[in-house]
Amino acid sequence: MRPSARAITITVVAFVVVLIVTALIWLGWYDTYDDPQTTFNPKSDTADQVRGVYDLIIVLAGIVMVGVFTLTLAFSFVFRERPGREAQAIHGNPRLEVFWTLIPVIIVVAIAVPTFQVIVDTTGDAPDNSLELVATGNQWWFEFEYPGLGVVTANELHLPVNQSVNVELRSNDVIHSFWVPQLTGKTDMVPGHDNRLWFTPEEEGVYLAQCAEFCGTSHANMRFRVFVQSQADFDAWVEAQIADRIAPEGDLAVAGEAIATTICAACHTIRGTNAAAQIGPDLTHVGSRTTIASGMLENNTENLRAWLADPPAEKPGSKMPNLNLTPEQLEQLVAYLQGLQ
Amino acid sequence: MATAAGTLPQTYEESNLWTWLTTVDHKKIGVLYGVSGFAFFLLAGIEALLIRTQLAVPNGTVIDAERFNQLFTMHALTMIFLAIMPMGAAFFNYFLPLMIGARDVAFPRLNALSYWVFLSGALILTSSFIFGGAPDGGWFAYAPLTSEIYSPGSGLDFYVVGLAILGISSLMASLNFAVTVINMRAPGMSMMRLPVFIWMMLVVNFLLILSLPVITVALIQLLFDRNFTTNFFTPGEGGDPILWQHLFWVFAHPEVYVLILPSMGIVSEVLPVFARKPLFGYAAVVFAGVTIAVLGFAVWAHHMFTTGLDTVPQVVFSASTMAIAVPTGIKIFNWIGTLYGGSIRFTTAMYFAVSFIALFTIGGLSGVMHASPPVDTQQQDSYFIVAHIHYVLFGGAIVGIFAGIYYWFPKMTGRFLDETLGKIHFWLLFIGMNMTFFPMHFLGIAGMPRRIYTYDADLGWDEWNLVATIGSYILGFSILVFLINFFATMRKEPSAPNNPWDGGTLEWATTSPPPEHDFDVVPVVRDRDPVWYDRDHNIAPPEVPANLHIHLPPPSYFPLVLAGGVALIGIGVLSHLAVTVLGAVVAIYAVWGWALEPTD
Repeated sequence: MRPSARAITITVVAFVVVLIVTALIWLGWYDTYDDPQTTFNPKSDTADQVRGVYDLIIVLAGIVMVGVFTLTLAFSFVFRERPGREAQAIHGNPRLEVFWTLIPVIIVVAIAVPTFQVIVDTTGDAPDNSLELVATGNQWWFEFEYPGLGVVTANELHLPVNQSVNVELRSNDVIHSFWVPQLTGKTDMVPGHDNRLWFTPEEEGVYLAQCAEFCGTSHANMRFRVFVQSQADFDAWVEAQIADRIAPEGDLAVAGEAIATTICAACHTIRGTNAAAQIGPDLTHVGSRTTIASGMLENNTENLRAWLADPPAEKPGSKMPNLNLTPEQLEQLVAYLQGLQ
Repeated sequence: MATAAGTLPQTYEESNLWTWLTTVDHKKIGVLYGVSGFAFFLLAGIEALLIRTQLAVPNGTVIDAERFNQLFTMHALTMIFLAIMPMGAAFFNYFLPLMIGARDVAFPRLNALSYWVFLSGALILTSSFIFGGAPDGGWFAYAPLTSEIYSPGSGLDFYVVGLAILGISSLMASLNFAVTVINMRAPGMSMMRLPVFIWMMLVVNFLLILSLPVITVALIQLLFDRNFTTNFFTPGEGGDPILWQHLFWVFAHPEVYVLILPSMGIVSEVLPVFARKPLFGYAAVVFAGVTIAVLGFAVWAHHMFTTGLDTVPQVVFSASTMAIAVPTGIKIFNWIGTLYGGSIRFTTAMYFAVSFIALFTIGGLSGVMHASPPVDTQQQDSYFIVAHIHYVLFGGAIVGIFAGIYYWFPKMTGRFLDETLGKIHFWLLFIGMNMTFFPMHFLGIAGMPRRIYTYDADLGWDEWNLVATIGSYILGFSILVFLINFFATMRKEPSAPNNPWDGGTLEWATTSPPPEHDFDVVPVVRDRDPVWYDRDHNIAPPEVPANLHIHLPPPSYFPLVLAGGVALIGIGVLSHLAVTVLGAVVAIYAVWGWALEPTD
């Protein structure tokens, strides 16, 4: 049966409408390119490979969507009930069945081949001479340890640019997930398992990251930052981090250290003092970090005071309890911690 | 009512509470499932609106973190187990015997028991909000967050007991339905003449029969871990949290098909009737459904691509997952083929059925994306997945269920839902759902993780979150329009003829609503669309004998009592051993009475 002029017109109009909708979706999709935590603007070798597969699937999915939408829309209008129209009693068409079985088969194979290549490339061993890093998830903060460099820090990860990093993923409690959208897809931190991932950051900058596996009350507040630096800047940072704590200067800070080594020492380490517990983040250089409370709050006097005054009020469920510090003690501790550069 | 001798169509007596409590009629049980399921759908919808209200703007302060985690957990549990599954079961209960030309299901009392056990489990799970806090570990309840140490409250115990009881209900219903389909078809109703809806539900029953034992074992292990210090899922003590994930997803992936296949079946009934032509490629649609179910047991680890799976399992599970795109594609193309060459009446049911094709396609395509493990490392646990599952479960399952409601309402009640209000309902729902769920793709791509109760401004997530929240209010309003339509319709006088839409399947051969015994004379099936065949070949309906001697099972209160015993056993696990013992006594009494109850 030859399609009527009306049917052709309707199909063309439907096609154009669907193309416009698809273009809008495409715009919304690419509009995420500049967002700070975007998955769509890779800045590492492995993230770039993922994006390659991603692009291919998006194009193929877009073609299928345009096809299905156009036909559904066009048929809905072309075959709408009208006086004199008789429905055709078609039961099926074996040749068509074979044809449209083959369409998804071809598409799936086209996606599968590059997918498998990237799986093989990215799940293998990290390149030799990679920087070794141990990332440990805790409710609700991240610890980063560089075993080769003797550096332990929390919630702010520093990496040299163009240097591959091999991350060992651990958890001290429940399952968390390590995800820096622009640098690497996620891999879970599962207690009792030694998962790994590796990547090579390719552009200096600050990258936002966030725990991706639901891990309890403050899952939403378990964030971290990655600072990708030049090798020289990174070396300078390491140099500062491996030193013991800077001795307090001024009465306030000296008094602060006395509090820290009695109260805070129950959970935290401050190298150079008797505080050596490993329950909470290492505080030896906490003043040098840009954020506190696992990336939740900017590290400034006001936030630090509010955090110390009542941690669970800032971060629901926080394992650090309200220590009922006096305003005076708060001033002293803030002065001390800010001095731990 | 031991026999319906001499009864004529429409012999429904004044229904009082006692007849509903003791009914073994599949149609009444279907209505009970439907009304309960819809009530829980409203509850889960309100939970969703609270979640969206909290997320409307950055750093929202409407709900605190703990309540938020309870809400998203209960939203999923309620929608999946207490709304979509029972609404599918409602249609199946009501229409399975009608569509295969039977008088009831194989085991009518077991059918009543399934419903009452379902209601017990549902009420126990929901009551957790009142008794010490709802489960808050996600519907997936990943170990070791669910252990006594990290979840000391009783929420997770309610999760275990509630799901275990719901599982018993589903298992009984599935066995009952499968036996019915295989054994009780009318003369001439061969398997390849079964309506597609019945085929899809048969597949669902086998999925449940095979997958529920796995989750039941896992739930009991979790119960033991939490209460008797076993270590099935505890790291460091020889247990493994990943074991829970395998057991959970071996059940929960087939469960996804349990939710979507009934709606695929409904759409496969609605499209042909309103296009006035047979379903395109019946055999292909049926076999595609069976293939999806079989493959559905071989893809569970695609939920676990980011747990540190090795290279080979990633490749294998990626390949099996992508393979599901093939039978799914076949179904979509056949539905479009059904529209081709038709004379389409655009009733509200048809609006929902046609939009199902488009909305489900979106969910299917995003599913293919995260079938690729590298891409999944960027999408897993982000809002992209939230968008995906809602296109499948709302754009698919719920939209299909609404198609079924508008399509079968005249058969079930003798009344037509108002078409104008119906179309307002449709357009508000269609706009609302796309406004709510489509932006979630963009949020996921912009790196927004799911299950977060708060987010900072300046991450590029503000606008789309606000759009999604406004969309969810429109969606909520559309459901209100439906409720108005429902109550207004129920006040009207019945006016529906036997076959108002000119449907081809057997339920349209009896009265609207059907008599208690379904058919005065068991029909003979000569074709896949028996009513159309008889119409086109001028075959008159069979003569009704002057005296009908139809044996129907008498009502029984033992299913209700037994369900009460099961509920008490569950409540005892949550409170005191003595209650469990009491429950066991009640259950034994009920089984005893059940066995000795005369069935004539």
